[in-house]
Amino acid sequence: MSHPLKRPDFDLIAGWMKPGETVLDLGCGEGELLAMLAERGIRGWGIERDPGLVLAAVENGINVIQSDLEAGLAGFEDDAFDHVVLSRTLQTMRHTQQILAEMLRVGREAVVSFPNFAYWKNRLAVLEGRMPVSEDLPYQWYDTPNLRFFTLLDFESLCAEMGLVIRERQVLDEKGASVAEEPNFLGSLAVYRLGRG
Amino acid sequence: MTTSRSVGPVVPQRVAFDSPIALACGMSLPQWELVYETYGTLNAARSNAILICHALSGHHHVAGYYADNPKNLGWWDNMIGPGKPIDTNRFFVVGVNNLGGCHGSTGPASINPATGEPWGADFPIVTVPDWVRAQAKLADHLGIEQWAAVVGGSLGGMQALQWTIDLPGRVRHALVIAAAPKLTAENIAFNDVARQAILTDPDFHGGHFYRHGTRPTRGLRLARMLGHITYLSDDQMAEKFGRKKRLGAGSYGFGVEFEIESYLRYQGDKFAGFFDANTYLLMTKALDYFDPAAPYGDDLAAALSRAQAKFLVISFSTDWRFSPARSREIVNALVKERKDVAYVEITSRHGHDSFLMDDPYYHAVVAGYLNRVAT
Repeated sequence: MSHPLKRPDFDLIAGWMKPGETVLDLGCGEGELLAMLAERGIRGWGIERDPGLVLAAVENGINVIQSDLEAGLAGFEDDAFDHVVLSRTLQTMRHTQQILAEMLRVGREAVVSFPNFAYWKNRLAVLEGRMPVSEDLPYQWYDTPNLRFFTLLDFESLCAEMGLVIRERQVLDEKGASVAEEPNFLGSLAVYRLGRG
Repeated sequence: MTTSRSVGPVVPQRVAFDSPIALACGMSLPQWELVYETYGTLNAARSNAILICHALSGHHHVAGYYADNPKNLGWWDNMIGPGKPIDTNRFFVVGVNNLGGCHGSTGPASINPATGEPWGADFPIVTVPDWVRAQAKLADHLGIEQWAAVVGGSLGGMQALQWTIDLPGRVRHALVIAAAPKLTAENIAFNDVARQAILTDPDFHGGHFYRHGTRPTRGLRLARMLGHITYLSDDQMAEKFGRKKRLGAGSYGFGVEFEIESYLRYQGDKFAGFFDANTYLLMTKALDYFDPAAPYGDDLAAALSRAQAKFLVISFSTDWRFSPARSREIVNALVKERKDVAYVEITSRHGHDSFLMDDPYYHAVVAGYLNRVAT
């Protein structure tokens, strides 16, 4: 696989799944996560919109389904999967609540990871008058695919509003190391394990 | 480029079966023959064979050309050959003309042994499951216990799907392209108009036109013109023809005036010149009857639960005959049954006919999938 980004959240996500379980990976790209999970005995399918990534996923032997997440997950049955993963993609989506609800319709559990806009370096950048650019927010304001900028606190309040249960939360710094204290300040990437209320 | 990667000159082969084949309609054919072509080399383990299933007007001449007619290229020559997506350096590829066809396999123009005359309208209706069983007999004849892949577009894709349900142990991969799990009322409606064009042609003679020395070319031409419209996309027609008129065309009359009229009439004439009207009727009926979920309580997922194959499903954005949504029905059923499946919806301007086009992305997807298929 040729993906240049290191994905420290993948190990975390894999740790939440057991061999024999099934997973749907939303925005699966070339299928890096699904390939890693397959090695651990977890069967997966992925959804990807980008034609180049879909081709790469096919070449990698991934169960990739070309589709646009903004259209929701219609066609997948309720409870079809043990886990549904949305890795570093929620911030790029317009239909935020719809996709979260859909994930927990088709999956027993949802895993969501996203860049924390309240990470201290991001706060500092804004204090200095510039939009943040970092390991987890690696774009300029004019070319970013990100549509939503939110924090751990923002996300958790939305979960409460939607009645989603946070089963586990892991927060990582820019180097991928786990952050225990002051996560909304010291954490660059948040990974949540959600269940139905 | 096409010629340098061609399988080269090919020779059709023929196999005769002496044991009757029972058909879904209740009739059986006592003796029957299939014509087929093969490309590439069957390996010692007989594990590298790919079956190509043809669509409504297709046949066994899938790739290469005939030595005495180098212009007669196989209908999927851009897809199949050495170094092409279906790579004959790795795979042994088999093309076959289906029962009921008009390119050499037993069909309506063949002699009915009971009468000594062509079958004509008395030829039994054949279905997709019938074709699968006949193709399996060809596989037996060739010593192929299990296909590495069964591949087809449109009606051919439906055969690939049927293979995975009816003979799950005999197909490792299915490539189901521009297909649907069954026809809609609109699909059947188009087919019936096409059939009516043929059935009401005075030269049809109730399907026994052979003995009258006629051919219902007017009906067949209309059927093909109608069909052809459904193979194209509105965008593509607008771009290719728009409202352009033929040079020197008259006006305020009913002659050929617009370019699209000229094109369709040409396509209709060409087709009516060689295709058998009875075969056209049979092929459209096979399409209409195709419904692999029916024996499983109309539950496609239940039907596909039997499948052991892995799937590549491909659709095309401007295909309105069998739209991407129809392919998604297949994909959704496969995912529900936890089958391995990749699904690609290819952006193309060419409508249903896209599956025959030489599109680099489409071909890369097929090549990328088949590269991982073990031989």
